[in-house]
Amino acid sequence: MAEGQMTKYKIVAIGGSAGSLDVILKIISAAALPVSLAYVIIIHRKNDPSSILTELLASRSPLAVKEVEDKESITTGTIYIAPPDYHLLVEDYYSFSLDSSEKVHHSRPSIDVSFESIASVFGPTAIGILLSGANADGAEGLKKIRLAGGYTIAQDPKDAEVAYMPQQAILADAQILIAGSDQLAGEIIRIVNS
Amino acid sequence: MKETELITIRDEDLNLLLTEIFQRYGYDFTNYARASLRRRITRLMLIDRLPSFAELFYRVRNDENYFTHIIQQLTVNVTEMFRDPQMFKVLREEVLPVLATHPFIRIWHAGCSTGEEAYSMAILLEEANLLHKSLIYATDINPHVIENIQRGIFSMNHMKIYSENYILAGGRREFSSYYTAKYDWAKFDDRLKTRMIVATHNLVSDRSFNEFQLICCRNVLIYFDKDLQDKVLTLFDDSLDKLGFLVLGSKENIRFTKVASKYRQMENREKIWRKVK
Ligand SMILES: C[S@@+](CC[C@H](N)C(=O)[O-])C[C@H]1O[C@@H](n2cnc3c(N)ncnc32)[C@H](O)[C@@H]1O
Repeated sequence: MAEGQMTKYKIVAIGGSAGSLDVILKIISAAALPVSLAYVIIIHRKNDPSSILTELLASRSPLAVKEVEDKESITTGTIYIAPPDYHLLVEDYYSFSLDSSEKVHHSRPSIDVSFESIASVFGPTAIGILLSGANADGAEGLKKIRLAGGYTIAQDPKDAEVAYMPQQAILADAQILIAGSDQLAGEIIRIVNS
Repeated sequence: MKETELITIRDEDLNLLLTEIFQRYGYDFTNYARASLRRRITRLMLIDRLPSFAELFYRVRNDENYFTHIIQQLTVNVTEMFRDPQMFKVLREEVLPVLATHPFIRIWHAGCSTGEEAYSMAILLEEANLLHKSLIYATDINPHVIENIQRGIFSMNHMKIYSENYILAGGRREFSSYYTAKYDWAKFDDRLKTRMIVATHNLVSDRSFNEFQLICCRNVLIYFDKDLQDKVLTLFDDSLDKLGFLVLGSKENIRFTKVASKYRQMENREKIWRKVK
């Protein structure tokens, strides 16, 4: 896509659990990842105080990578990571907020919580992607993005290290497309440019 | 009703409800961050099996007793002892030695929920031999949670994690020496609360009530919008001694707020600021 060309999409939300880190690394290291949107990554992880995950992603991606702080503004061309032990919400097109309320699906951050919030604010301008995992988190949220008119992708369970999570999404009919880990970055580029 | 079904609350309705709550009960939630507030209201409707927003509104308007329940459900009271142990370690090693030079120490835990944070502080102070000359003010908007501070009873299930946190925060004693276990409960030693003053205090509407050397307000500002954050931080600023310390939650920041220029963050990257002006 030529720089400055309009796309209707504003945000890509990626959720994953067990077995999703390598897939995320593949996606975010793609050189041609569009800079006209913001990226949000919600991944289940241990509550490690250091910013290891952020540093790892930053070392692999051409885009800026940040762990979200409360009321952080949403800027295009940036990859945002949900901090451990908080749910990540969006207030409007322009800012995030955090919430330390009860876990959902035994998880905080919960993918459902973020996806739902993104669906209600970004609706048809959101792309949701659900990756490998052993948890049912994310399927409902992905469905909500789809129902709100956004584009949704489930990682192909055959290709996922742990098939359960994308399978739940497929059972809920939450996805528009099923794609393998090698295709995901390409699909984002294609959808944004279409 | 399944959680999957979307309850969408329209902006106008939400505003109507907040106005009603404010006018009838004097609690002003209008400047709370909307995304999380909406989730709380949706959750309340699910828990109470209220099929529509109109039912909720009717309950709020006509049932006085329902309001105490609302206050409990709208606020998020999740907390831990020594939450973010690294921060407590810095308090222990770098902040308490400064406070120790004062003849008398006043500490305010604003929005401290069920009191885990205030008890953690009491333990630090005792170990630094400062508890006898300190006063810990533990306040929250929710009258229900602060009753628990007086009791000093926490669930036994959490003690393993709290004890790990305590050790990470630089604790060297046997953590279990601070409580007596009874069935599923851990009752913390009464001496820890002898220097605690517990009260309800609403950061939105109540004023400054003292001067402190340390104010700790963690994971409360995330529930406020930016205007209310500014207002509350100004309240803290009015209540903090020069060279006093302000502690916020691990993902909160005063960087883009009104008071930012008066504070300097400590060098260890923890969310501790010192009032320099
Ligand atoms: C998530 S808890 C934080 C507890 C503790 N500080 C911690 O970080 O673990 C947030 C607390 O803020 C309180 N709160 C919310 N609004 C408040 C207000 N306007 N004034 C005082 N406390 C408030 C809630 O009742 C709740 O107990």
